[in-house]
This record gives sequence, structure tokens and C-alpha cells, in this order.
Amino acid sequence: MAAVAKVSWSVINGVRRGLWRYNTILWSLNSRTLCSSLEEQPNFPGSRSKWTEKLDFVQPDLYDGIPVYRVMDRKGNIIDPAYDPKLGEEMVVRMYHRMTLLNTMDRIMYESQRQGRISFYMTNYGEEGTHIGSAAALDEKDLVYGQYREAGVLMWRGFPLDQFMNQCYGNEGDGGKGRQMPVHYGSLAHNFVTISSPLATQMPQAVGSAYAYKRAQNGQCVICYFGEGTSSEGDAHAAFNFSATLECPVIFFCRNNGYAISTPTSEQYRGDGVAARGPAYGMATIRVDGNDVFAVYNVTKAARHITITENRPVLIEAMTYRIGHHSTSDDSSAYRSVDEVRHWDSTQHPIARLRAYMVSQGWWDDTKEKQWKDDCKRQVMQAFARAERRQKPCWKEMFTDVYDKMPDHIKEQYEYMQAHVQEYEDHYPVKNFAKESH
Amino acid sequence: TEEEGICEAMLLALPLLKRVLKPTVAPSLCNVFTSRYSSHFSYFPDTVPESMGETQRLNLFQSINNALDTALATDNTAVVFGEDVGFGGVFRCTIGLQDKYGKDRVFNTPLCEQGIAGFAIGVAVSGATAIAELQFADYIFPAFDQIVNEAAKYRYRSGNLFDCGNLTFRAPCGAVGHGALYHSQSPEAYFAHTPGLKVVVPRGPIKAKGLLLSCIRDQNPCIFLEPKVLYRSAVEMVPTKDYTLPLSSADILVEGEDITMVAWGTQVHVLREVAELARQQLNVACEVIDLVSILPWDKETVFNSVKKTGRILIAHEAPITNGFGAEIAAVVQSECFLHLEAPVQRVCGFDTPFPHIFEPFYLPDKWRCLSAVKKLLNY
Repeated sequence: MAAVAKVSWSVINGVRRGLWRYNTILWSLNSRTLCSSLEEQPNFPGSRSKWTEKLDFVQPDLYDGIPVYRVMDRKGNIIDPAYDPKLGEEMVVRMYHRMTLLNTMDRIMYESQRQGRISFYMTNYGEEGTHIGSAAALDEKDLVYGQYREAGVLMWRGFPLDQFMNQCYGNEGDGGKGRQMPVHYGSLAHNFVTISSPLATQMPQAVGSAYAYKRAQNGQCVICYFGEGTSSEGDAHAAFNFSATLECPVIFFCRNNGYAISTPTSEQYRGDGVAARGPAYGMATIRVDGNDVFAVYNVTKAARHITITENRPVLIEAMTYRIGHHSTSDDSSAYRSVDEVRHWDSTQHPIARLRAYMVSQGWWDDTKEKQWKDDCKRQVMQAFARAERRQKPCWKEMFTDVYDKMPDHIKEQYEYMQAHVQEYEDHYPVKNFAKESH
Repeated sequence: TEEEGICEAMLLALPLLKRVLKPTVAPSLCNVFTSRYSSHFSYFPDTVPESMGETQRLNLFQSINNALDTALATDNTAVVFGEDVGFGGVFRCTIGLQDKYGKDRVFNTPLCEQGIAGFAIGVAVSGATAIAELQFADYIFPAFDQIVNEAAKYRYRSGNLFDCGNLTFRAPCGAVGHGALYHSQSPEAYFAHTPGLKVVVPRGPIKAKGLLLSCIRDQNPCIFLEPKVLYRSAVEMVPTKDYTLPLSSADILVEGEDITMVAWGTQVHVLREVAELARQQLNVACEVIDLVSILPWDKETVFNSVKKTGRILIAHEAPITNGFGAEIAAVVQSECFLHLEAPVQRVCGFDTPFPHIFEPFYLPDKWRCLSAVKKLLNY
């Protein structure tokens, strides 16, 4: 046995040595051609580029910056009819309805915080186009991971006004059971993952879900919304890199609205925005006018197609402007001029441009506008009144869902608190909370 | 394997080498040579009853490999990923799995712990089973935000609409003889402070396989910390079948009426030797408890023991201040105050980063534990 092994081993070695000699002969025979083709490209495992003898740094201003794709001009006229998505009256009117309903809800909810009815709120002023344009281009079963300024996506998918308000009021109708601050929406039925306050954490999670979808072969993609400020977080880098190396069907949708609370983009990054990073990670990338709802629709539709058919990520940077304050805890006049805000509130506004298009198509007029405005307000006010009246959830819900089943140590803490509240009932707002959970 | 064989041979030959070298080589050199390979504990293997069926001789990394193999075989959605897991992992825990289950199920990720953790959460949120490896527990900190702020709170904050219950993190932890600051840490206390997580530490191959399968199948995000020094040195006859072990249940390994001793992971074996020394030298019977789960932890087993003995020693490698021993001590004195005959003793790592050359002085070794036993007896 050993003898056979010895013989076969020496045969193999002999063949190896022979092959090596053959190779070196080949080399010297074709040395000029072989050597020159070998010298043509560097053969490092880490790079696939060319040689150069010129000492030239690639400067950040090498090129003009990735251009901004648009379909409409600033006034809402289609520039090249070939790119009008021709969505038809019903779809376009629905888009307009949802954008304006969102806007109306924002105004009323912002006011309600000012009046002390809810504790906190964030508006979406100026960014309605990014929400509706992208949401309309997706399939309703595509999974959405948001940051916090994407309420229009939920609005498009049919999340009821009541549910928005219930979450803000933290009442017993809130699907989140009153655990989070306002605007931290979530809906399993609408495939919208619950919002969390830490920024960018949703980004690598979106990649993981996309990977699971790819394995499940369910034909869905994942979209991940985030702001330009959030793109500075390490999780953003992690997400971009993982999505490309693991080949995940995920759309990264950056809302570049010019500010991260008070920090303008000039203090957030020095390169060509977020889009320039995409190709660096190996992602197909596009920059778009976020206030042009048709352009947003077109790029999202095209991006979705790439992710689904090629199982690779796409980065969309939607340029827009945050017309409102960061939140009810912010007064943006402290760091930007009222004139600047007024400019964006009047020109290039996504809602105004869409209305102009609708009017030019003969689908909208002043009468319809007034009618819808009143209808909108009425819907929102009624939902508002309903939400305000409702009780908070039973306070036992403070102790549930930490784990799938309540462990003993948490049960003991609940029992302790139950006895304590019974003894000191006058000092706790018990009457605002439901008696027993459903 | 060949490599293993050489290692084993070296370890076996060590005492012989020592005797041969001593007269010829300077004693200090000899000690340095031998002390690099000697450990501060003796391994006490577990056995299983015959009802567990057929067994095979496995060390810790092999039993973990076996558990992962079982998880991948029984759950089509399960995926295993992390840095270098493809070729088998730096501790060989994932060896052979990529060949068997394919690159889409067992794969390398880029070098980014926060990405690994976030990605793992996303996989689990979509309903697939995510088993993520952090190469060393010392490098879990970039993932801390994802684990603490996201994974632990997913179910609670969404009102149970979403969760990442199908998520398990695995990481090698603990002293290994030469690991120093960044290859020796035991970070269990940081995670024990986060409601929503489960934290588990096995003491050997039999426990590891059952506990890891339980973690993987448990519907809560779990952190499974594997004492790396046990990967090779802990060898047991591990049941070949698919089995799980209860997560929040402590094990009484040695029964005794005089002293309660609590630890987890490698330290359990240190305490078992201390129990024997205490019996021989001091004629006391120590009750040795492996806590098994740090969160949620089995208070009842510890209380019952303390109410019996009146004296408790808690030992862990992690630094003493705010280590998990502090939580046990606080709850024990709160619940068993009138039963205590002496203050709660903790023997732990010191409040320094984990040192390299000073490791023999740093560890809560059997002599420090024995000294604490005497303190408890003589109070």
C-alpha cells in the first residue's frame, strides 16, 4: 500500500516538475509577447486597473458631479414627453390626494403638539414628492425600512389617518402599544418596519432582509430610506458594502434635504453628495430631483427592476429641501434664513408642480382644489377628534413584549407595581389608561 | 487532523520534556516554556445518561460545529455568517459547513461588526434564522448599538408587530492564556443590563450543543458566548442526536451544605477543583452551581442553595466592579438576607484591562477562590 502511494506520489511530482519546465520554456520562447501582456495590467488581488507612470492624484473636483435626473421643469411642464410615465388620471389624482392629505395632517398634528395635545411631531413639508413618487413605483409587498420622514409612504399604502393619530397619541388603538414617541410608525400589514430613533441602524437591517428575500425567491425587494446626514453614520457604510458584496435586492433611497437638524450639507460631507459614494461600493447609482414626483417614480421603478432581476443594490439620491423645522423641538430660524425657506416653499414645490401638470391635463381646477381641501381637512379633523378621545392602553403593556413570553423576573416587577399603584392610586394617571388589555 | 495530532502530542509530551529539560536548561526558561502551555484550570467533563442515545467524542468547537450543522439541516431558512466563517472560521467552528450547505447559506461578510449585527437583525426580521459570528467577544462593541438599541428592543417598540427572535450571535470569550486586552474579554455584564436579550455561556461540549440549538430556536435575540480556551481542551462524549437544553436553568454540579459557589463557562471548572481542595483541606462540602444563563438568570436555584448553606462565593473573569457577580450579590442579599452567615464573596478579575504577561496574577484562580472560601468559613 505504502509502496503504491510512494510510486504514485513520485509520478505526480514528476509530472508537476515537467509542467513547470514546460511553462518556463514557453515563457522564454514567447517572452516578449507574454511579458508585455503580463505587464499590461497589474495583477494584484485587490484591484482591476491599469498601470500609470504619471503621478496624478484624483482630486475631488475631477468632474462636475453626478447630474440630477428630472422629468418636469420647475413649473411642472414635462420636458421630454418620452419620459412622462403616463400614469393616467386616476393614479395621478391619487398621488396628489395623498401628498396633500399628508400635508394637511402635518399641519394639524404640528399644531396639536404646540397646544400640548401630543408630545412631539415631525412634519414632511417639501418632501412629499420623494415619498409618493417612490412608494407608487414599488409593489405593496416590498419591505420598507424608513428613518422618520417617510410618512407619505405609509399614506400611499393606505395606513389610515386613525392609525397615524393613534400612534402619535399613544392610545389603545396604536399598533405599537404606546411604547414609542410620536411619528415612530410601523405596520406589518403595510410592510413598513417600525421606525426607531437611532439613525442609520435600519440600513444594514434592510440589507439583511433583502438577502433573506433573495433566498426566499419571493420576487420582492427592500427599500431603505435615509437622510443625507444619516449617510455619515458607520451603519450606512456597512450597509452599502454588505449590499454589494452579498448581492442583495435593496434600494437605498437617500432624501438629501439640505439639513440634518441645523447642520447643512457643507458640514456633512465634502464629496459629491451621497451619490458619488455608490459606484465606490459597487452599486448602480442615480441622482434625481426629489421634488419631481414623476422623476422619482421613474427612477424607483427602474431601480426596482435592477434589484429584482439582477439581485444587486441600487442607490438613489433624491435632492429636495426640508421646508419645515427638524421637529417640534426645533426652530430653524436659528440657523437658516426665512427667505431661503420661503423660496423653497414657493418654487419647485412637489405639490405645486404636480398640480400644474394635472391642470394642464385638464384633470384639476380651482373648484376641485377647494372641494378637496375642505374634504381633506374634515377627514383629518375627524380622525384627530377620535384619536384624542381614546384611552391609553392598559399600563400592564409596559411589561409585555420584552421577550416573546414574560419571564419570571419581569412578572415579579409587574406584580410589585400593581400593588404599589393600588396603594398610591391617587398619584398615578390610572383613569386615562384602559382597565385590561385586549 | 494532522494539526490536532501534533498539538495533542506536544501537550502529552510536556511533562516528559519538563523532566528532560530541567537539568540541562535554565529553570526560568523551562518555566516560561511550560507555563505558556499550562492552564489555570482542570477540565471536568460531563457525562450523559444512556437515554440520550449514541454519543461521539467531540471537543467544544466540534460540538458547536455539530450544532450549527444540525440547525442548517433542520431549518431551510438558517444562514451562518461572519468574518472568515467560509473556510471554517478562525476557531474551526464552521468547518465543512460551506461545502455542505453552499455559499448562499454559509458565507463571509466584510470586516464590519456593526454590519454583521445589523444584517443579522434584518435577516431575522424577515423570518429567516440568522446565526451571526463575531470573531472575538472583544470586538462585539461596534455592534453594541445594533444589539442593544435595535435587536433587544425590536419586539417591544413595535408592539409585537415585528421582532428579530430568529437571531443568535456567537462569540468566543474569556481568558486563553495569552490573549491580553483584546482576545480575553468576557462582556456578559454589558448585555445582561439590556432587557430583551438572552445571554448564555456553556461550560463544555455537551451543554454547548444543546444550549446553542436552544438559542437558535428561541424566539428572542440570543448572545452565545463560547469560552475559547475550552474549544480544544474540553472533550466529552456528546450525543449525536438533535437535542436542546433549557436556557434559563442553572445546573447544580456538586451538592454540598457548607458553601454555595456560582460561576459560568471556564470558571465552573476552577470552582470544581476548589470544591475538591476545600473538601480535602478544610473538610467542607461546597455546592457548585453553573449559572448557564446570565439573562434571564435562574434565581431560584441560587436562592435555594444559599438558604441551605448561608454562604456564597461568586467568581468570574470579568472585572469585579459591576460584573455580573454584583447583580447576583445584590439579589441574594435582598432575598436571602436572614439566611446569610457571612457577606457575599466575589472573586473576579481586577478592575484593570485584561493584561498579557500578568494573566496568572489577574485570573480568579483556585487559590484566590480557596482563600475566599476560608474567609466565608471564618467570618
